[in-house]
Amino acid sequence: MTKLFIPLDSFAVACGADTIAEEFKRLVADRKLSIEIVRNGSRGMAWLEPMIEVETPDGRIAYGPIEPGEAETLVDAGVLSGAGHEKRIGKVEEHPFFRAQTRHTFKRCGITDPLSLDDYKAHGGLKGLERAIGIGAETVIAEVTDSGLRGRGGAGFPTGIKWKTVAEAKGARKYIVANADEGDSGTFADRMIMEGDPYCLIEGMAIAGVATGATKGYIYLRSEYPVAIDVMREAISRAHQAGVLGASVLGSAHVFDIEVRVGAGAYVCGEETSLLDSLEGKRGQVRFKPPLPAIQGLFGMPTVINNVITLASTPEILSAGAAAYKDMGMGRSRGTIPIQLGGNVRHGGLFEAPFGMTLGEIVNEIGGGTASGRPVRAVQVGGPLGAYFPVSLFDTPFDYEAFAAKDGLIGHAGIVVFDDTVDMMAQAKFAFEFCAIESCGKCTPCRVGAVRGYETVKKIIDGEHPAENLVLVEDLCNTMKFGSLCALGGFTPYPVMSAIRHFPEDFHGEPMRVAAE
Amino acid sequence: MVFQARYDEAEAAEIIGEHRHLEGPLLPILHGIQERFGHVSEEAVRQVAAALNLTRAEVHGVVTFYHDFRKAPAGRHVLKVCRAEACQAAGGDAIAGAIETALGVKFGETTPDGQVTLEAVYCLGLCATAPSAMLDRRIVGRLSEAKIGALVEEARL
Ligand SMILES: Cc1cc2nc3c(=O)[nH]c(=O)nc-3n(C[C@H](O)[C@H](O)[C@H](O)COP(=O)(O)O)c2cc1C
Ligand code: SF4
Ligand code: FES
Repeated sequence: MTKLFIPLDSFAVACGADTIAEEFKRLVADRKLSIEIVRNGSRGMAWLEPMIEVETPDGRIAYGPIEPGEAETLVDAGVLSGAGHEKRIGKVEEHPFFRAQTRHTFKRCGITDPLSLDDYKAHGGLKGLERAIGIGAETVIAEVTDSGLRGRGGAGFPTGIKWKTVAEAKGARKYIVANADEGDSGTFADRMIMEGDPYCLIEGMAIAGVATGATKGYIYLRSEYPVAIDVMREAISRAHQAGVLGASVLGSAHVFDIEVRVGAGAYVCGEETSLLDSLEGKRGQVRFKPPLPAIQGLFGMPTVINNVITLASTPEILSAGAAAYKDMGMGRSRGTIPIQLGGNVRHGGLFEAPFGMTLGEIVNEIGGGTASGRPVRAVQVGGPLGAYFPVSLFDTPFDYEAFAAKDGLIGHAGIVVFDDTVDMMAQAKFAFEFCAIESCGKCTPCRVGAVRGYETVKKIIDGEHPAENLVLVEDLCNTMKFGSLCALGGFTPYPVMSAIRHFPEDFHGEPMRVAAE
Repeated sequence: MVFQARYDEAEAAEIIGEHRHLEGPLLPILHGIQERFGHVSEEAVRQVAAALNLTRAEVHGVVTFYHDFRKAPAGRHVLKVCRAEACQAAGGDAIAGAIETALGVKFGETTPDGQVTLEAVYCLGLCATAPSAMLDRRIVGRLSEAKIGALVEEARL
């Protein structure tokens, strides 16, 4: 039977993949074709989604973007045997966007049937967990530490150190929490791995369990991701049935269970302590630290809280060894990073590569510039709390420290591209507005500052004492930056100040104090 | 589709019973209640608080903290349109405006016939197929002026 792959990934589904799959299913039945339809993850070339692939003697041939209503013409044109067609992309592996990547964490995503454990194993799955069980907790932690893996949720904290702290902490129970809140605009890597390779996250969490002695895992998954919720729940249930999870993980003495918990639409619940309060059934307010979650986390117990991609990177680190991972990257940013390109970009999607490419290479060469065909003017890197970068800073390499040196951040590695029609004053206003909407209200600089900032930028837009009000905005940003309890209030100044600093002409062309720095 | 079922204490008790054995059962219970009854009413708050040994103020505080939970019924359908940066960059503001016009309501409002509630959402993880929206549980990407007609039509059904 020939396999026909039609993604179940949200990119594809949002553009009609479910309808397309139904159409093909009907054709296969009506014409008694020897075709098996597999709902796979996305290969990450979002601008080509829904992208279908058909297995042929020459390999998997892709076509896209497919639209609902096209199935019959495609079949008649011989697409099921790889025939030529205007939408034929050819082999994904040979596509420039794909060929230029180093697929480490996403190596299976889009290739396998996400819910088939057999497929998972056939593509190297569970090797990391098997090895982890074999070498034991201490060695696992040493490997993760040696790999140089840093948290992909934004702060870039060394994962091995976090795991070691939890391993050494005393507690009646310990927890592994996967932060799948992925609230940053412009990011979708967590979603894609959960939809396209859910066992990879399950395996990563189980490895963290082996390393720390934790027996229970939670995936805190945002409610805006209905597809990921369904896929993850089904995968967990199958992993249980197969003995990957449960009272004896892969037949070992380790106990590990996972449960999906659905968020309720609060951006701040991506912040780790707020997330823990939310899991406990409380208002998602940020906690004072210390105590660290690693010492007193969920229900007061030692807790590893890691981003989805952090956890999903560990199976391959364990199976291929720390050295292979550490050998990639630059400076203190080791390994690969799944870069997410969105907004007004020609080739949007997910691009996994070692750290170190320049922003310009990523946006212009990989992303192909804007979708509108107009010049790129600004890119926001790292979500709503990330800085706007002008084209003059496109030589900045993708690396935690290099971005910090330019008053920016990598965050969860989302890049949103804007063309020259963008109004940076409107973007600065939005940054304050977003902070005001999402503030948890615990501290004054954020709760009050965001609202004041929003009002003040509005005045500048209306031409009301722009120079004085810009000084006021700058003061507010300083207060928020240094007086906020968490990065929601503390980092909102990044998008605001970067907009003012790099695009002064949008703020009534007033000479900027900051611009002179 | 969002159900506007009449509150039923026995059913609510069933939902509570399904989840109360969980660690930190409150959010799963509130999700269950809202899915069944369309919103979390004062009656529901009282019943959940009593069942979990919490004060009404505590439960009320949780319900009002999260954007997802509503204290009052919404329209039969909820259309959430992404207003975050990637969608802005892809022309989302114009799309959002056109949706407001087509529905005849502003964000945060429900059409007079009670069919559709229009809400803002901040990122659906569809930033590379922007602008995007979600109608109840169905996600929609690459919104264009042309696609809005069909989407609004569907929401009005
Ligand atoms: C306002 C705010 C929102 C955050 N949202 C997320 C998120 O959605 N996902 C995430 O992994 N980390 C998020 N973080 C970072 C977490 O607090 C935490 O650093 C992270 O989950 C740790 O995991 P890591 O070490 O694997 O990165 C957020 C932080 C703040 C301040
Ligand atoms: S900075 Fe804002 S979100 Fe963070 S703790 Fe303070 S009020 Fe809450
Ligand atoms: S910003 Fe709209 S889907 Fe991400």
